[in-house]
Amino acid sequence: MNDAIAAAEAESAALVPLITIFWTFLTAGAISFGGGVVAYLREYTVSDTKWLDDEAFLDALEISQTLPGLNAINMSVIIGDNLRGIPGALVAVAGLVLPGVIIIMGLGAVWQEESHNPQVKMFLTGVAAAAVGLLSTVTLQLGHKQFVKPLDLAIIVATFVAVSILRIPLYIVLLVIGTTAILLYRPGASHESLEERTRHLRERLRHRRYIGLRH
Amino acid sequence: MAKLFNLTWVFMLLAILAVGGGTAVLPAMQHMTVDQFHWVTKSQFRDIYSLGQVAPGPNMLMVLLIGQKMAGALGALVVGLAFFLPDCILTLVANRLWVHFKDSPWRRAVQHGMAPVAIGLMLAGTYAIARLSIFNLTSMLIAGSIFALLMWRHINPALLVLAGGLTYVLLPHVLQHLLPH
Repeated sequence: MNDAIAAAEAESAALVPLITIFWTFLTAGAISFGGGVVAYLREYTVSDTKWLDDEAFLDALEISQTLPGLNAINMSVIIGDNLRGIPGALVAVAGLVLPGVIIIMGLGAVWQEESHNPQVKMFLTGVAAAAVGLLSTVTLQLGHKQFVKPLDLAIIVATFVAVSILRIPLYIVLLVIGTTAILLYRPGASHESLEERTRHLRERLRHRRYIGLRH
Repeated sequence: MAKLFNLTWVFMLLAILAVGGGTAVLPAMQHMTVDQFHWVTKSQFRDIYSLGQVAPGPNMLMVLLIGQKMAGALGALVVGLAFFLPDCILTLVANRLWVHFKDSPWRRAVQHGMAPVAIGLMLAGTYAIARLSIFNLTSMLIAGSIFALLMWRHINPALLVLAGGLTYVLLPHVLQHLLPH
């Protein structure tokens, strides 16, 4: 009887307070300028608070990348849910986006006031050009494995041509190329050799170093 | 009312199609909000995208400004919920089912197959922003040098993005003083 109470007390003591979750994600959302939110999340939830270990973090990242939506937000849902269920997920996402929401709405108000100011127009054009450089790097780094593999490169090129050149609607591209790609990698297909599987494990280890080094 | 309804279904659709994240869905977003519904012009779309780069947190919070422009604060709220809520619910469900399909060989197939598709879509998103922002030597120079800098070493992207904006404003003035007329 006493053991049960002690166990229940220990469990409730181990629960992370919702306000702590909110505050942690709020901080990550406020200082992650220029993207790279996931790297900040790792620092706060793995290194600082030890809410989860690297392995669990990578699991969460794999779910986030496979599902539609922004990685950082999907990650917040998973970490929040694992800590405190749906309320945890809610406060995590709310914390992550709140600073950005306030600042983007403020910037938007200024932008609408200054919409005819040529200097503002020029500044934003320069920012977009800079974003192209940034996006190219991020895409190359994320796809470093896929760009050097002929089958993957063919899928990348087919997807790009379908969307950017042929302007085929995205849902058709996902349906046709996505399904084809999944079938090419179906269980037992020759592309999935034992060597691949060990490489997958090695990749996970390298990925772990990568997210650790990003900030 | 019809406006809010259209904003809702367009951004819900984009949310569901956002395999590979926000960048991957940019061409479709531009097509629907600029060409199809004329909510924003091409250059406004570029401006709004850039504002998202300057704000902290996920860059795709910029979608709020499309809603704000169309229907004020209520529009921003509607677009925010439509674009972010469906994926949150999907992730929540997947997270709880994860133990059941974590070791399924089909999960690996989906992950391996969709990875290059996502990269191709990100490339398409990058190309869409390039078409909106790179049309002269200065913009080419900005994009090229930031790409080279980031390949060389890791620098806080926020600083580079701000530097890109300032360069575009200031470079013509600097050149005017340096070059003979």
